[in-house]
Amino acid sequence: MPQLIKDGAIVEDRWTLWREAPAGALPPDQPAIVPLPWWSAQRSALSARGDVGVWLAPDADPQVLAADLGRLPLIAVDFPQFGDGRGYSIARLLRVQYRFAGELRAIGDVLRDQLFYLRQCGFNAFAVRADRNLDDALRGLGDFSDSYQATAATPLPLFRRRLATSPERA
Amino acid sequence: MYRYDAYDHRFLAERVAQFRDQTRRFLAGALSEDEFRPLRLQNGLYIQKYAPMLRVAIPYGLLSSTQLRKLAHIGRKYDRGYGHFSTRQNIQFNWPRLEDVPDILAELAAVEMHAIQTSGNCVRNITSDHFAGVAGDELVDPRPYCELLRQWSTFHPEFAYLPRKFKIAVCGSQTDRAATRVHDIGLHAVRDAAGEVGFRVLVGGGLGRTPMIGHVIREYLPRAEILNYLDAILRIYNRYGRRDNKYKARIKILVKEMTPAIFAQQVEAEWERSRGGPATVPDAEIERIAACFTPPPYADLPAHDGAFRAAVADNRAFGNWVKRNVFAHKVPGYAAVTLSLKKTGVPPGDATSDQMDALADLADAYSFGELRVSHEQNLVFADVPQSALPALWGELKALGFATPNIGLLTDIICCPGGDFCSLANAKSIPIAEAVQRRFDDLDYLHDIGALALNISGCMNACGHHHVGNIGVLGVDKNGEEWYQISIGGEQGEHATLGKVIGPSFAAAAVPDVVSGLVEVYIEQRHEDEAFSDTVRRLGIEPFKQRVYAAAH
Repeated sequence: MPQLIKDGAIVEDRWTLWREAPAGALPPDQPAIVPLPWWSAQRSALSARGDVGVWLAPDADPQVLAADLGRLPLIAVDFPQFGDGRGYSIARLLRVQYRFAGELRAIGDVLRDQLFYLRQCGFNAFAVRADRNLDDALRGLGDFSDSYQATAATPLPLFRRRLATSPERA
Repeated sequence: MYRYDAYDHRFLAERVAQFRDQTRRFLAGALSEDEFRPLRLQNGLYIQKYAPMLRVAIPYGLLSSTQLRKLAHIGRKYDRGYGHFSTRQNIQFNWPRLEDVPDILAELAAVEMHAIQTSGNCVRNITSDHFAGVAGDELVDPRPYCELLRQWSTFHPEFAYLPRKFKIAVCGSQTDRAATRVHDIGLHAVRDAAGEVGFRVLVGGGLGRTPMIGHVIREYLPRAEILNYLDAILRIYNRYGRRDNKYKARIKILVKEMTPAIFAQQVEAEWERSRGGPATVPDAEIERIAACFTPPPYADLPAHDGAFRAAVADNRAFGNWVKRNVFAHKVPGYAAVTLSLKKTGVPPGDATSDQMDALADLADAYSFGELRVSHEQNLVFADVPQSALPALWGELKALGFATPNIGLLTDIICCPGGDFCSLANAKSIPIAEAVQRRFDDLDYLHDIGALALNISGCMNACGHHHVGNIGVLGVDKNGEEWYQISIGGEQGEHATLGKVIGPSFAAAAVPDVVSGLVEVYIEQRHEDEAFSDTVRRLGIEPFKQRVYAAAH
């Protein structure tokens, strides 16, 4: 079974990613991540299963999922190239504005050197590109110990935490 | 100036360690060229024509003498003994070795400096007024807000992979000395009826291939909302800015295509969601940062120093220098001094390591150990007692930094051009030098008066040619270097883009062309009329006739 990084650890990935819409019905008892248009077309049947997630292209508007967020166990956001930063804003919107609490997974061109920022924006699962070493990628999550900004992962910006403690001078 | 606390130091140390490891993996073949490129760019490292180029940030242009000595040391140890001050308050080293860059960054970190996000598709160095804190026309000192934005933009996780680079400038005074109208975002301090500080927000300005003047999308933004609002602008841009064509990827294109009104609506809607939220800046934070920018211990001096006055009257050369290079200070008895990095024969903006060391000593002796870098590529001692000006002038003359040409034709803004830059179509430094040699008569230069000549070696416009009163743009014509001339551009609060006068010229003709343009101006100007105003009044036709008649 393939593996991925989830919540800071390397785990087995039980989900099947359907890049294209399935030709017929989804196989039963096999958790699936399906394309957004296919999900939208059959959402009532799919959401009843509880083991079907959806993946978004970088130009997708997460707002279309607003009504489904409580029922979706997993949302994936695709990075066709790691330098396409739209997915960072999608994650941030899902976590902070729409308060999505399920698994938020980065898929596609997902590499070690972007993992820290991805996590700060709200991703908690990383399907690192298949040709890369997961142990190595895991180190990327530890690149920084904190952030200046208010992020999905650290909702209070550093200045609020600085002000809450006594001035800490080097 | 701002001093790092334990958090700032730790982030910087973590960044150096991260880039050291990335460089190691790249050199070991574990990171591809494409994967490494944005990582090195976001650490200021370009691969240039002959060698890498490292661009080090001088946040909002402020430098201590300690930091300048470190830059001198880096120039000496890792480069060829000099550095180049750029138009965005950065310094560039043109000859470092890739393998040395992590060590250079570690050396910079020791003096609270870095090269973070000085390149790449991210928020770049925040720039500001080089007279911040000392100008008489200042509503508010912009530096605390610049520092707030420096921290906000540093490692912003959501905006590290924008469609294109993103430049922000902040101005706290009435006169816009920070070119806020030609930045992706310009923030201009204003006070509301109750006297509360806020910002007018301009978006979508910029030079480059498609020059545009920024649009005001909000007349008054309360200062507490500054981060929420900038997050909203950047989020709209990150999601909807074009990524299919790098020449159409800047926010100015998005704002134009959406129209400024619709863009503003979208930003306001996004802002409504975060307004008053966690990133709202409490007064206590602004005060915490502002406490780093308290005035230096000024002496109680008479408003006018007698000996200084006498020296101006007695010594014409000193008087000329005072007239051009000394700027009024809001504290009685003090002055701000611009050190010209535009001496004929020296590439504009360049300083050697030895000069930097000497300047650091002078900053300690004359200006409380601090100096500034201006976007016109000069240096500033902001806090000099008037009584010390004659002595300082002598010291600067010996170092070659007392050319009395600030704001004059020979105070040329100039990019590194084809001598260094792999993007350039043409050389720019030799053009600057040829023009400086043509206008070597100081009396004539002073008679011409204020006139901005800006030179870019390609349409990326690092030399800001669009907003030069006279702009020179290097173009490639069948493999040869030619120069297109525009006139009537202007920076500041009346920012205007220059108009191209016609077909381009060979390098050797440029000094004659500039002479011709200046002659028409001198013949036709009304008293005290600025060059751009004369162009506006007459149109480009008389200028065009003169230079093309002469050329044919």
